[in-house]
Amino acid sequence: MREQAARADGAPGGGDRLVIAGEEFGSRLIMGTGGAPSMQVLREALTASGTELTTVAMRRVDPAARGSVLDVLRECGIRVLPNTAGCFTAGEAVLTAKLAREALETNWVKLEVIADERTLLPDPVELLDAAEQLVADGFVVLPYTNDDPVLARRLEQVGCAAVMPLGAPIGSGLGIRNPHNIELIVEQANVPVVLDAGLGTASDAALAMELGCDAVLLATAVTRARHPVAMAAAMRHAVEAGRLARLAGRIPKRRYAQASSPWEGLSTGS
Amino acid sequence: MLDMRETAGVRCDRAERAAERAADRQDLIRIMPAKGAQLEIVIIGAGVIGLATAWRTAARGASVTLVDPDPASGASTVAAGMLTPVSELTYGEEALLRLGLASRARYPSFVAELEELTGRETGLRTDGVLQVAFDADDLAYLDDLRRFQESLGLAPETLTGREVRGQEPMLAPGVRGGLLVPEDGSIDPRRLAPALLAAAEKLGVRLVRRRADAVLVERDAAAGVRLDDGTRLPADRVLLAAGPWSSDIGGLPPGTVPAVRPVKGQVLRLRTRTPFLRRCTRGLVKGSSVYLVPRADGELVVGATQEEMGFDTRVTAGGLWELLRDARELVPGITELEFAEVTAGLRPGSPDNAPVLGPSALPNLVLGTGHFRNGILLAPVSADVLTEMLLDGTVPEQARPFTPDRFEVTA
Repeated sequence: MREQAARADGAPGGGDRLVIAGEEFGSRLIMGTGGAPSMQVLREALTASGTELTTVAMRRVDPAARGSVLDVLRECGIRVLPNTAGCFTAGEAVLTAKLAREALETNWVKLEVIADERTLLPDPVELLDAAEQLVADGFVVLPYTNDDPVLARRLEQVGCAAVMPLGAPIGSGLGIRNPHNIELIVEQANVPVVLDAGLGTASDAALAMELGCDAVLLATAVTRARHPVAMAAAMRHAVEAGRLARLAGRIPKRRYAQASSPWEGLSTGS
Repeated sequence: MLDMRETAGVRCDRAERAAERAADRQDLIRIMPAKGAQLEIVIIGAGVIGLATAWRTAARGASVTLVDPDPASGASTVAAGMLTPVSELTYGEEALLRLGLASRARYPSFVAELEELTGRETGLRTDGVLQVAFDADDLAYLDDLRRFQESLGLAPETLTGREVRGQEPMLAPGVRGGLLVPEDGSIDPRRLAPALLAAAEKLGVRLVRRRADAVLVERDAAAGVRLDDGTRLPADRVLLAAGPWSSDIGGLPPGTVPAVRPVKGQVLRLRTRTPFLRRCTRGLVKGSSVYLVPRADGELVVGATQEEMGFDTRVTAGGLWELLRDARELVPGITELEFAEVTAGLRPGSPDNAPVLGPSALPNLVLGTGHFRNGILLAPVSADVLTEMLLDGTVPEQARPFTPDRFEVTA
């Protein structure tokens, strides 16, 4: 689906939109909200990022509370993507997703089922189990998954609307540790691939897009940067640059130099 | 609220414009009392900010009424009372640091005056605060913090893991290192708030134990307060210092009070009979923060969670567990201490985490709220600047970055 889109476009520019479960987004940067120093900085960073879809941890907010992160998103006109951060079992994740659907009136969910607190890596078995249950219950499921091509395929097979492999552990800022696996996931996927977690700076986001990901999801890289608003703008440009580069098609790598202008026929000027 | 397209990248500008507007706004304090007449002040909210301001304004001869159904009962009964502007320095909050430093500097004389007037102890400690890194990632974070502190002219002392444990032998053997800020300290808010109440009452402040329903508005200016039983308290000036409830007060034109929201914090208290920790210790444990504040009487305060849960003060298993988990990693011996209590309080969080201090768009209504995690630290300086605003109608220089109009829509 993604490769077709790239071919159909043929060239970078207009009409290149991210489509998840039939919904279109102009921005390919999905933001998270965790770690923001204040609501105002969060608001300014989200605006600078140009994001149209932003995740919120349902276990950490009361949807009815005034002045919460949900209010900020509402005022900015950004669509909320509830997530199940902090869940360790499929059972908890399914329950959290259902509470989010009730509270926010959306059937979209970013599914996170974490194996342990030290690594925050996804628990593959619980994740697949929860994904299957939520899809059956009518949810649009966007699972946060390991960079494992086989698990990504299985998640797609149970009906997930996208797959979201990690670049590195959440909040680590280590970048994309296994670009080869990300390429394999991209190659085989028939749903959008969103690089989720582990990015540290703009070049990481650009690389994700150059590898063929359809979008990037990040939070800490922006919210804990020294200047979150400036980093949000950097990420926006990086995602756009990486996407354009992917569509433009990079040159093959060569072992030796090749002059960009031909030597033949040059005037010596004498 | 704020125009989205305008907010990105205009923060510096905005601070300047806010300062200009604050200067313009001084004419908003309209009523000047006749010579010799006593100015009538009504303060909504008897937390540390309302109480300290009541004391200071009464000391300058104003007639002051404090309105609160349950004085000195809110966040001050939960807060640990750290006075740590340097240890808690955050990127982008340099203005708040300056206010915090100014307030910390006022604490010794503020407390001396208070203790002399009331004969009560407040548990002020000025013996420094230790900040400790548990693992290598935490140490990298502390290094970054230290560089930021040094770039602002602050000079924390850098300690190795062994030096840290020399200071605090009860810390886990694996701690990687730390920073000591000798000037930071702590106070016991459970002693401070009642002492402030006693001081206010001693100076003749009238205490009305009722809820304030609305600010009375006459001729487009604040003219007093209406209580929940319908009683009207007329006033020349009104101070709104109702913490997280400040945005809910009735009678005001929309947008008069910036959004102040409750941010829940759970805090637990342990008790020890033998000396345990020497000084206030803040730890970074695998990326999460915990603090332990020892008191002279053997109490050890451990905090705090930070939760966006509205007006919810339930204590949760998860909140308690997270605090104990991190505290035990950092100081294994705490498992032997007596468990005294666990409480949850509500911090008044403003959109930029800084306090809202100054004249509102409604003449004669002054705001003193939004102190978030810094209410205890900022009480002395807030009381002084609010007193000046209420009695002289001027905005002191150091309060300029914190006036309410910084949140207003700018075209």
